[in-house]
Amino acid sequence: MSITTTEQLSATTLLRFATAGSVDDGKSTLVGRLLHDSKSVLTDQLEAVALASTNRGQEAPDLALLTDGLRAEREQGITIDVAYRYFATPRRRFILADTPGHVQYTRNMVTGASTAELAVVLVDARNGVVEQTRRHAAVAALLRVPHVVLAVNKMDLVDYAEPVFAAIAEEFTAYAASLGVPEITAIPISALAGDNVVEPSAHMDWYGGPTVLEHLETVPVSHDLTACHARFPVQYVIRPQSAEHPDYRGYAGQIAAGVFRVGETVSVLPSGRTTTIEGIDALGESVDIAWAPQSVTIRLADDIDISRGDLIAPADDAPATTQDVEATVCHVADQPLTVGQRVLLKHTTRTVKAIVKDIPSRLTLDDLSQHPAPGQLVANDIGRVVVRTAEPLALDSYAASRRTGSFLLIDPADGTTLTAGMAGASFAAVDGEETEADTTAEDAEWDF
Amino acid sequence: MSTVATVPEGTVNPYALSHLDSLESEAVHIFREVAGEFERPVILFSGGKDSILMLHLALKAFAPAPIPFTLLHVDTGHNFPEVLEYRDRTVEKHGLRLHVASVQEYIDAGKLRERPDGTRNPLQTVPLTEAIQQHRFDAVFGGGRRDEEKARAKERVFSLRDEFSQWDPRRQRPELWQLYNGRHAPGEHVRVFPISNWTELDVWQYIEREGIELPEIYFAHEREVFSRSGMWLTAGDWGGPKEHERTEIRQVRYRTVGDMSCTGAVDSDATTLDAVITEIAASRLTERGATRADDKMSEAAMEDRKREGYF
Repeated sequence: MSITTTEQLSATTLLRFATAGSVDDGKSTLVGRLLHDSKSVLTDQLEAVALASTNRGQEAPDLALLTDGLRAEREQGITIDVAYRYFATPRRRFILADTPGHVQYTRNMVTGASTAELAVVLVDARNGVVEQTRRHAAVAALLRVPHVVLAVNKMDLVDYAEPVFAAIAEEFTAYAASLGVPEITAIPISALAGDNVVEPSAHMDWYGGPTVLEHLETVPVSHDLTACHARFPVQYVIRPQSAEHPDYRGYAGQIAAGVFRVGETVSVLPSGRTTTIEGIDALGESVDIAWAPQSVTIRLADDIDISRGDLIAPADDAPATTQDVEATVCHVADQPLTVGQRVLLKHTTRTVKAIVKDIPSRLTLDDLSQHPAPGQLVANDIGRVVVRTAEPLALDSYAASRRTGSFLLIDPADGTTLTAGMAGASFAAVDGEETEADTTAEDAEWDF
Repeated sequence: MSTVATVPEGTVNPYALSHLDSLESEAVHIFREVAGEFERPVILFSGGKDSILMLHLALKAFAPAPIPFTLLHVDTGHNFPEVLEYRDRTVEKHGLRLHVASVQEYIDAGKLRERPDGTRNPLQTVPLTEAIQQHRFDAVFGGGRRDEEKARAKERVFSLRDEFSQWDPRRQRPELWQLYNGRHAPGEHVRVFPISNWTELDVWQYIEREGIELPEIYFAHEREVFSRSGMWLTAGDWGGPKEHERTEIRQVRYRTVGDMSCTGAVDSDATTLDAVITEIAASRLTERGATRADDKMSEAAMEDRKREGYF
């Protein structure tokens, strides 16, 4: 894994992933080993950890101290907040959202999973699939994380026995698949002994699959963009009005989904005006085609009124606009969310006033049971909400587009982020039609 | 200059982005979000590589229009002359507006007192905060990266600060998807970190790809230095060397650029970007571990400074 040339370094893609596991599943050990074995923990960091561990009277260096960056975390010996870690191999660069196992567990895992393309769920081979494993699977399914890895850890403590692994893998895969997780890879590991984390295990000949790192290096980082609904939320209007560029008018933004081409007919929402793409400037260079998640500036053939918060989409594939949003939410604030509450709703680059019309149900992640009409949601609750907005939104279902199907509810008084919302159905339909084509407004089915 | 997204070799997917293109796009998105939602944003610009990178990304984000931000530099009075020269040249080249908050002026006016150890890094917080209040900046771009330090690993991209610039890590807003919440009360501001997700290696690779000019002290050169706390410091008016410390000429370069009193040089013969990248990839020390005395003060030194309003 030695890195030699610049060229090797630059030819890599980026994978964002999240880890989930309870305290004793060995998550810190797994993360520590991934970082250590990929040579991402450097000498001075190890020395600092060793010194801090000794000061605490611990015999071995506590690798959790690498990620527990805050004084309160180290003092209490717990992880409070999501930590982001970075490591690289010659094949890929990784951003790891390391989410704590217990405190504010749901809020943190939802945060970590929201930008993740892959989630690693850890279980202890001795305990198998437990309540918390099901919660982790449910969060990954809710957040539509495309790839899930089940790492069955501590295989050394069950004599590296295949039947133990096979039973856990089967139970988890069946459960996660029932929630609509599209791809599940189960890997038997021992994070402590190093089996199947970076190097293949010498103790499990019966396992022919990849190690955790091999899988992370090779899993596809993006799906087929041509199958996505193309979406471009306008962030900012660029108008230099200079002698050199007297008439330049470009709409700056990051392509949220799909592909855009010069010459394409597009609609601008919510106005519904139609025009064609005259040019695409990709950070200094004109291009004919651009795709998610590139930041570009789009120039249009007609001079129509467009500002921040508008959405540019293909004329024949534009989302319906709506003022009635039904969604699954994860409540992330300490103050509750109540029926009748006035909030701000932030969706892509648009923020509008809104009111919480109803909270039809709260969901228990352990067993996916529903509790009708809870009246309010408190921190770490998952529930369904119905929201009415003051202005129309060009909203997709979260299943169809994570970027344009997600939103925040914000307290207008103090700016607190209250709730993270995902428009449309909670989980992908099982054994049936994809929910992709569903539009939010009509989508009355809550299939949890 | 390859500014267009290139398909990484060996990838089947024609729409994959290289990691540098992904990071660039993310940073540009953050700059544009701030331009769209804030009244008076400012970029903290020290002439160090991370702030140079930020400025480069901001210029790209708004081209062909000029950047809709001004710059702010907190001058400790012990900055490297090569870096100040670079700063002024860059400001002029791009027709930018630069505000300077001077630690020396605060000391001369008796509003700050020199520390016994001579380091002025912690002294920057008050001039920074007062400059933010005086100019009513509501968004302040910083070049902090999460890979630099463990307290920074917990930092948000949009980080709310009260009127004293204080950071409360227990009360950070969860940050989901690419939805950044910049709401703040009058007097409060938001620190914004567009290159949160870049590593030191990413920064250098991108600088090479884009052909960005840097102050020459980032490359190996001969310099009169002396050893203190295991680091090579440059002799100067700031208070070094002391009597028992002997200077010598060494071939060094700087991995980070800050206050001369607490920024160490590393032994190096890397005179080109390519050589620097190879050197960093092989280094067994983090950049702050190798070069920053202020982070070695205690386990929570960075967290404590950040709580008080530091960068």
